[in-house]
Amino acid sequence: MTESPATKAANGEVAAGLHAKNGLRPDRNGFSKSLLCCHEWPPKTNHGQRQDEEEVHTVSHNGSLYKRPFVESFEETPMLVAVLTYMGYGILTIFGYLRDFLRHWKIEKCYIAREREEQKDFVPLYQDFENFYTRNLYMRIRDNWNRPICSVPGAKMDLMERVSPDYNWTFELTGRVVKDVINLGSYNYLGFAENTGLCADAAAKVTMTYGVGVASTRQEIGNLDRHEEMEKLTARFLGVESAMAFGMGFATNSMNIPALTGKGCLILSDELNHASLVLGARLSGSTIRVFKHNNMQSLEKLLREAIVHGQPRTHRPWKKILIVVEGIYSMEGSIVRLPEIVALKKHYRAYLYLDEAHSIGALGQRGRGVVDYFGLDPCDVDVMMGTFTKSFSAAGGYIAGKRELIQYLRSHSHSAVYATSMSPPVVEQIITSMKCIMGEDGTTIGSDRVRQLAENTVYFRTRLQEMGFIIYGNDDSPVVPMMLYMPAKIGAFGREMLKRNIGVVVVGFPATPIIESRARFCISAAHSKNMLDRALSAISEVGDLLQLKYSRHRKQPRSFDDDIYDDIDD
Amino acid sequence: MFQEKNAMASGQQWVLVEMVQAFYEAPAYHLILEGILILWIIRLLFSKTYKLHETYKLTEKEKEDLIEEWQPEPLVPPLSKDQPPLSYDVVTGPPSHKIIINGKECINFASFNFLGLLDNERVKEKALASLKKYGVGTCGPRGFYGTFDVHLELESRLAKFMKTEEAIIYSYGFATIASAIPAYSKRGDIIFVDEAACFSIQKGLQASRSFIKYFKHNDMEDLERLLKEQELEDQKNPRKARVTRKFIVVEGLYINTADICPLPELVKLKYKYKVRIFLEESMSFGVLGENGRGVTEHFGVNMDDIDLISANMENAVASIGGFCCGRSFVIDHQRLSGQGYCFSASLPPMLAAAAIEALNIMEEDPDIFTVLREKCKHVYKALQGIPGLKLAGVPFSPALHLQLERSSGSRVSDMQLLRSIVDHCLERNVALTLARYLEKEERFLPPPSIRLVVTIKQKDEDIQKAVSCIKEAASVLLKQ
Repeated sequence: MTESPATKAANGEVAAGLHAKNGLRPDRNGFSKSLLCCHEWPPKTNHGQRQDEEEVHTVSHNGSLYKRPFVESFEETPMLVAVLTYMGYGILTIFGYLRDFLRHWKIEKCYIAREREEQKDFVPLYQDFENFYTRNLYMRIRDNWNRPICSVPGAKMDLMERVSPDYNWTFELTGRVVKDVINLGSYNYLGFAENTGLCADAAAKVTMTYGVGVASTRQEIGNLDRHEEMEKLTARFLGVESAMAFGMGFATNSMNIPALTGKGCLILSDELNHASLVLGARLSGSTIRVFKHNNMQSLEKLLREAIVHGQPRTHRPWKKILIVVEGIYSMEGSIVRLPEIVALKKHYRAYLYLDEAHSIGALGQRGRGVVDYFGLDPCDVDVMMGTFTKSFSAAGGYIAGKRELIQYLRSHSHSAVYATSMSPPVVEQIITSMKCIMGEDGTTIGSDRVRQLAENTVYFRTRLQEMGFIIYGNDDSPVVPMMLYMPAKIGAFGREMLKRNIGVVVVGFPATPIIESRARFCISAAHSKNMLDRALSAISEVGDLLQLKYSRHRKQPRSFDDDIYDDIDD
Repeated sequence: MFQEKNAMASGQQWVLVEMVQAFYEAPAYHLILEGILILWIIRLLFSKTYKLHETYKLTEKEKEDLIEEWQPEPLVPPLSKDQPPLSYDVVTGPPSHKIIINGKECINFASFNFLGLLDNERVKEKALASLKKYGVGTCGPRGFYGTFDVHLELESRLAKFMKTEEAIIYSYGFATIASAIPAYSKRGDIIFVDEAACFSIQKGLQASRSFIKYFKHNDMEDLERLLKEQELEDQKNPRKARVTRKFIVVEGLYINTADICPLPELVKLKYKYKVRIFLEESMSFGVLGENGRGVTEHFGVNMDDIDLISANMENAVASIGGFCCGRSFVIDHQRLSGQGYCFSASLPPMLAAAAIEALNIMEEDPDIFTVLREKCKHVYKALQGIPGLKLAGVPFSPALHLQLERSSGSRVSDMQLLRSIVDHCLERNVALTLARYLEKEERFLPPPSIRLVVTIKQKDEDIQKAVSCIKEAASVLLKQ
């Protein structure tokens, strides 16, 4: 648990999903004083008040840094809901112990796989409490995850029906197929998950000429011409000098950060960074310090302290400082405050590693990710990382940046030396879909999809807010987390939605703080308005059924009059 | 005794009275002096000898100066003039038996395509059919609508093939064992590992943050010595020993040395010292054993005696990805704890479909393993006695290492020598490769070598040609 309801409550009534106009609340933008002095940005009033607001709600506009409104909201958890959620976990825990007791005395039948008889006297492979949560909480609602599908993971998908005869300990496929489930779960932002069309045809052709495997590494004998072409295209797409691709998005982070930093280097990492970034940082052997999510004051404080004090104990200056952030945070739906981070990194001479796993293709007018979204120069980001899994509907990841960086990685990346190179049809899918986004296929399909995604996102988010749900994140983020809070509602929401033929993703602890269980919708350009409307009405229905409309700041449908701003101008 | 105690008590009382009296009688300056002394002592006791804060506190100005002063190292070291940037060989077209490297068509002795399944028509057709049904990407991790029916099929097929209860697939070969190890072994646990273990095992060990104890390559005595040491340690601290998990991590066929691990002895040690065995079989799966099940089948060891077997599907299977298999009790844990499984997009269904078809071929025709073994033996024999080069590995290993008999003194020049042999062979249409390592990252850097891969597609004349090319190159380039 990272945030307690008590700290959130402090922010009171003003924090809500309210929009503000440019320059209205300069004090909320997380910019710190020193930087403003150094660069002589327009002086600000009301500085340094109530830091805790940062976590909860951010409406920020800094005329010189943000070209467009940057609206991000994290409405605080209502106190009653928080209390009830804790109670829910309490009751679950008590029953968990009770059932463990019953299982222990063989009163209740136990389905857990057991250690071999021959190895009973070995040190237990798992500690008992490690599995308490899995056994007693996760197992009850396990049917909401790993649902097998048997079609393209497009706007609609076919699910294989499964039943559990023993309360989710095992599943059996019934052989029936639940057809045309609206897919709000896959990261198919630009709708390139297709089995027909240009991309699929190109991939099919390559499959027949090249086969699917490579059976060697890039440095040895697995460097195909297709790989080289894809990398050149990626570099052109991103507007940087050079790029290199890797076979797995997760490994792109965990195997390349260690090539960039080592002992005596400092990594400043956002607290909500993805597991792959955390693993990469840990494997690198660098010192890791964590700053509060998207909080520029916290980041600047760490930067200043790091440079002034140097390494712990030896007080030698750090060799280099790498700031590691993501473009869109997949569980919060927030967008990184890139303009401010770029300013900070320039001032403090740190390096910036930007993971665009979710944002590449999904943000920006031209679909070039968060850099494009803010209208920044890609050269300001030292290491651009992203994945091909999501918007491009392929697999793998890339790292892009200056020529020297990529040259260095080509000889030092763990992946280039030890891991099998990417499968040719997957590479072809990337090439074709990327060309489509760039408009190089001679059509406007790509740019239409980018625009469609932005429209769908705004529409979906606005409607959910109007209904009174608590929605986290940035207004432009196609990742839409909707708060459920209580553990029982995780399972209920997922099941009720499936009954209405809508596939959603629900997440709880440990992927989120313990009381902040949520549902997450991923909007796609492939969703038609009709589909979104169907989904929205189903969500609203289930929301009423499960009492999920927690928001105390329900947005009035389409009324952005100026009066509301007076209230928050404290 | 009672009296004695009484006397002592009265004695003490008397001293106290006398002290008070002395206090009254003492001159004032004496008292003041003593008072000051006492205060001084108290001050000495409670004050710090130096003022930490005064030396530490920096003014804003000083801080700004420090920040101004700080010059970080460049993100990556600048390219040095004398060492040109590494350029990869470019392969045009499929990397199958015939491979076009830098525009030259060669016979492939370098890709790990042991069974020649890479350009197998059946495999391609199945992959294509899957592509037509599912598209390319999965757009999600296994948990969030990234589980396809093909994945479930592949998992059950792998489990059946390996005769284990359960299998789990990863989307990247390298990430398989690297994720599996830290799923079980945590801080405080102990892992015994062979010095020649491959890089992905090393990364897994590092991610686990456990105590790592390296034993000499394939040296069971050394391993037993370490195990005994640990047993003594455990006897000293049985409470800690009860919660310290112990693992042995070995490879079936070592990619770095082309040796086989002595599995039967390892199993004996396992039960003697109650240590679990993780076996990485990327080189031996689909190669060793009657039916290609790997080292366990080769030695006739019971599958259940090995706690976890991991392998990639990128070599013999000629697809992408990897898998772990074993008992459900062990494997199922990775579905929530294997980082590379939970947090990564799942394997593209067409690659899974290709792997299923490869398994079909392997099951239908187990003779291919015999053919491969014969080829390996043939190549092994043919490569004996090349002047200046020595062959490392066992005769049935499909990936052999040719090392220099005598080092020229430095690794760089050794590598250059070997590279010139590879180039010489490339000129004559034989594709070989240097075994590549990250020299600064490897725990125990293997000696420089040329890796030569045997596949069932290589005909006798191909092998003869390759061997004569290498011999020729060695005699030209290695004369000392």
